[in-house]
Amino acid sequence: MNKLASAQDLENLRQRVAEGNKAGVTLSLCCGTGCGANGSKKVFDALSAELAKRGLRNVTVKRTGCHGFCERGPILIVFPSEICYLSVTPERIPEIVSKTVENGLVVEDLVWRDGGKLFARHSEIPFYAHQKRRLLANNTVLDPTDINDYIGCGGYAALARALFSLTPQQVIEEIRKAGLRGRGGGGFPTATKWEATRSAADPVKYVVVNGDEGDPGAYMDRSLLEGNPHSVLEGLLIGAYAVGAAQGYFYIRQEYPLALENARRAIAQAEEKGLLGDNILGSPFSFRVGIHQGAGAFVSGESSALLSAIEGHVGEPRLKYVRMSESGLRGKPTTLNNVETWANVPLIVAKGADWFSSAGTAASTGTKIFSLVGKVRNTGLVEVPMGATLRQIVFDIGGGMQNGKTFKAVQTGGPSGGCIPAQHLDAKVDFDTLAGLGSMMGSGGMIVMDDDSCMVDVARYFVDFLKEESCGKCLPCREGISEMSSILNRIVKGQGKPDDLDFLEDIAVLLSEASLCGLGSSAANPVMSTLRYFRKEYEEHIFQKRCSALACKSLIAFHIAAAKCTGCGLCRKQCPVCAIGGVAKSAHRIDQALCIKCGVCLEVCPSKFGAVTKMSPASSLANLQKQ
Amino acid sequence: MNSITLTIDGKSVEARSGETILDAARSLGIDVPTLCHHKDLLPHGSCRLCLVELKQGARSQLVASCGYYVKNGLTVETDSPRVQRARKLVLEILFASLHENTDIQRYARRYGVSRSRYKRSLEYCVLCGLCVRYCQEVKKADCIGFVGRGVHREVAWIPLSRYDDTCKKCMDCQAICPTGVFPSNWGMASPAVES
Ligand SMILES: Cc1cc2nc3c(=O)[nH]c(=O)nc-3n(C[C@H](O)[C@H](O)[C@H](O)COP(=O)(O)O)c2cc1C
Ligand code: SF4
Ligand code: SF4
Ligand code: SF4
Ligand code: FES
Ligand code: FES
Repeated sequence: MNKLASAQDLENLRQRVAEGNKAGVTLSLCCGTGCGANGSKKVFDALSAELAKRGLRNVTVKRTGCHGFCERGPILIVFPSEICYLSVTPERIPEIVSKTVENGLVVEDLVWRDGGKLFARHSEIPFYAHQKRRLLANNTVLDPTDINDYIGCGGYAALARALFSLTPQQVIEEIRKAGLRGRGGGGFPTATKWEATRSAADPVKYVVVNGDEGDPGAYMDRSLLEGNPHSVLEGLLIGAYAVGAAQGYFYIRQEYPLALENARRAIAQAEEKGLLGDNILGSPFSFRVGIHQGAGAFVSGESSALLSAIEGHVGEPRLKYVRMSESGLRGKPTTLNNVETWANVPLIVAKGADWFSSAGTAASTGTKIFSLVGKVRNTGLVEVPMGATLRQIVFDIGGGMQNGKTFKAVQTGGPSGGCIPAQHLDAKVDFDTLAGLGSMMGSGGMIVMDDDSCMVDVARYFVDFLKEESCGKCLPCREGISEMSSILNRIVKGQGKPDDLDFLEDIAVLLSEASLCGLGSSAANPVMSTLRYFRKEYEEHIFQKRCSALACKSLIAFHIAAAKCTGCGLCRKQCPVCAIGGVAKSAHRIDQALCIKCGVCLEVCPSKFGAVTKMSPASSLANLQKQ
Repeated sequence: MNSITLTIDGKSVEARSGETILDAARSLGIDVPTLCHHKDLLPHGSCRLCLVELKQGARSQLVASCGYYVKNGLTVETDSPRVQRARKLVLEILFASLHENTDIQRYARRYGVSRSRYKRSLEYCVLCGLCVRYCQEVKKADCIGFVGRGVHREVAWIPLSRYDDTCKKCMDCQAICPTGVFPSNWGMASPAVES
C-alpha cells in the first residue's frame, strides 16, 4: 500500500474510492456484536452464495458495524434505494435478492410496520426518523475494516485541514467555539483540557482514549469503536496535534473483542497509509498510538485508575490533586477523553464550530448517543441533539411503552445516575438539566420503567451493583455503599426500620462529601433521586410493608377469588411447587406457606375468569380470606 | 519561590513547597485527625479523616489534607461546619471498630460520636493500608498486599514472598497497625460481619 505523502494524495484517494462506490447496488449488512449474535455471519454466507449463483457482479456486500437497532437484527439495508430489512434470516436471502436487488421491489413482511403502515426506507422508520445521526451516520455505510471506505466518505480530511490550514491553537479555538463537552460523564469543556495540556511546560505529552465503558447495558462507545474506529482515531490525531502529543493510547476493555480487533486494524491500516508514524501526510507532525486492553472493572474508567492501569499498576483510583493536564500518564501532561468525545472532533474540524453547535442547546452543544433500553417498544442506540426532551426519546423514538403500560420513570446516567419521574418528561436532556433533576448525563444510559417497577427495588439494584464495583480503597465508599445495600435489601424484604431513611440520607452525605473518587461520590444518586421523587414508596415499604408496584416478593401475595374461580385446574397443574389445591369445577385455593410467588397462576388463569390477583401488603390477604 | 503562604483557619502560615496542608496545619498546632497518614509514607487518602475545606471564592470543596500539597494563596478551614459534618460521619464508622485506639476515641468524643449504626465490624482491620505501604515503601519487601475489591478487600500475605528470611525478623507492620488487635494483618483475620 502506498503511503499518502500529502493532502493531495489523500484527496485523490478519496475521489477514486467515491467513484467506485457510485456504481451498482450496495448491500449493507450489520455485523456488529448484536446482529452477529443473531446470525449475521450465516446471512452473509447466504448472501454471497446467492449473488454468486445469480452472477450479480456489480453488487457489493458491506459488513458494517452496529446500526443501533440491534433488537431487530440482523439488519440489511439495500442502497441506493435504502430499503431496510429487519430480523433477516438466511432463508429469506433468495427472495430479497430476486425481488429487491434485481427488481427493486420490497419484501413487505421484512420491513418495519406500525399501525398497518409500511416503512420500507431506512430513514422513514420512526426509530431512525426522529434521531439526528451524525456520529452514527456512517455506521450504516462503512466497512470498519477498510480504511479506504472511511477515506471515501471524507475521512481524514479534517486531519489534513488541521495539519495544513490551522495552527494547534486554532484547532483548540474551533473546539472551544463549538462548545464541545466531554461525553464520558462529567461534561467538562474539552477545549479547556486541551489548552491546559498544551500550555504545560513538559514537552512530552500524551493523549488517551477512554474506552472502558463499564456501565451495564451501555454500548455507545463499543459501537463507535466497532463500526467507525477511524473516526475516533482521526479525533485523537487532531487532538494530539492540538496539544502537542507524539504518543497516544486507546484504553479498551477486554470484554469488547470486536472493538479491540477493529481498533487494532484501524491503527495498522493508518500506519500503512502514512496517517500514523513520522511526518504524517508529509507534514512535520509525527504521532504513534498503542492499545491497552483493560481488565474491565467499572472503576477502571475513572481517570486516575485508568492511567494507573496503562502504567502497569492496579487500576485503582489514586489520591491526586494535580490536574492530569499537568501531571498525568507517567507524570506527563495528559489529555484523556471519552470515545464519543474524540469521535466528535473530526466533525467539528471538517464542518466547523457553527455547524456543530447548530444542534443542541447553548450550554450543551452537538448530539449525544444514548442507549435506550427497558420497557419501551423500540430499544437500541439513539443519537439526538442535546436538549431533546425525554418525551421525544421515549415516545417518538422509543415508540412509547410496551403493552400499553404507563410510564413511571427513566433512569439516566448509568449505575450512579438517578431516576426521573413522569412529571419531568418534558425536561431537556442536557448536562445541566439532568444534574438539576438529581440525575446525570453519565455516558448515556437510559432505562425506561413502567408501573411494574418498584423504585426502592431499582435503587437497591444499582446500589448492589456499585457495592460490587467499589474498589474498596477508601472507607466512606466501601463501608457506606455496603451499609446502604444492606438497608435497602432489608427494606424490600419488609424489614425496614423507621429511622432507615435518616440513615440512608446520612450515608448519602458521607459518600458525596468524603469519597476519594467519583464512584463513591456519585453512588448515592440512585437512592437520593428515588427518595426525592418516590419517598412515599419507601415509607410504604417500611411502615405498611406494602409494595405498590407489586414487585417486591416478600411483600406480595397471590389470591384466588372463590367467586370467580371455576375450578378449571390450569393453575393447579402449572404451579411449580404444587401450592394450589382444589377439585375440578370447584374453587381452588393457594397454600400461602408453600407459595413461592412465581406468578404462574396469575399468568395462566384464563382472562375470562380473572380469578387470581396479586396484592400487597401480603397481610391484606388475611382480611380477604376472613370475608 | 520556595516559601509559600496560605491561610489556615484565618491564620496566615508559611510553608515549604512539597509540604501538605496537613503539615502546614500541624505546624500551627492544629489537631487535624488522621488515620492512614504516616510521616514516612506517601499519602494514601483512604481514611478521609483528615478532610478539610478548601475555599475558592464562593466555591468550596473538601480535600484530604494529607495529600494536598500547599499552594500560594490557599484558604483552608480545618474545622468548618461542613468538615465537622463529614468527619463525624467518618468517625461513626471507625470508632466502634477501633476501641483500642485512643486517638480515634478522643476524636469521637470531640465530635460527639457515641454510637455507630454500621453493622460491619472492622475490628481486625480498617484497611488503612499502613502495613502494606510500610512493607512496600520502607522495607521495600512487598511481602503483604491488598487482595479483593470492595468489602472483599483484605490484607493478604503475598505468596512466594520472603516470610522466612524477612518477615520473621521484622513484624514492624504489626506495630504500625492502628487497630491494636494482634495479629491483624496478613489476612490472618479479616473483618467479620456481625450477625
Ligand atoms: C467510577 C467512574 C467510572 C468512569 N467510567 C468511565 C468510562 O467508562 N468511560 C469514560 O469515558 N469515562 C468514564 N469516567 C469518567 C472519566 O473519569 C473521565 O472523566 C472521562 O474519561 C473524561 O473524558 P471526557 O471529558 O471526554 O468525558 C468514569 C468516572 C468514574 C468516577
Ligand atoms: S470512592 Fe470507592 S471506588 Fe473510589 S477510591 Fe474510594 S473505594 Fe475506590
Ligand atoms: S404464585 Fe406460583 S407458587 Fe404461588 S400459587 Fe401461584 S403458581 Fe403456585
Ligand atoms: S492490618 Fe492494620 S495496618 Fe494493615 S491495613 Fe489493616 S488496619 Fe491498616
Ligand atoms: S449490532 Fe446490528 S444493529 Fe446493533
Ligand atoms: S489521613 Fe488523610 S485520608 Fe487518611
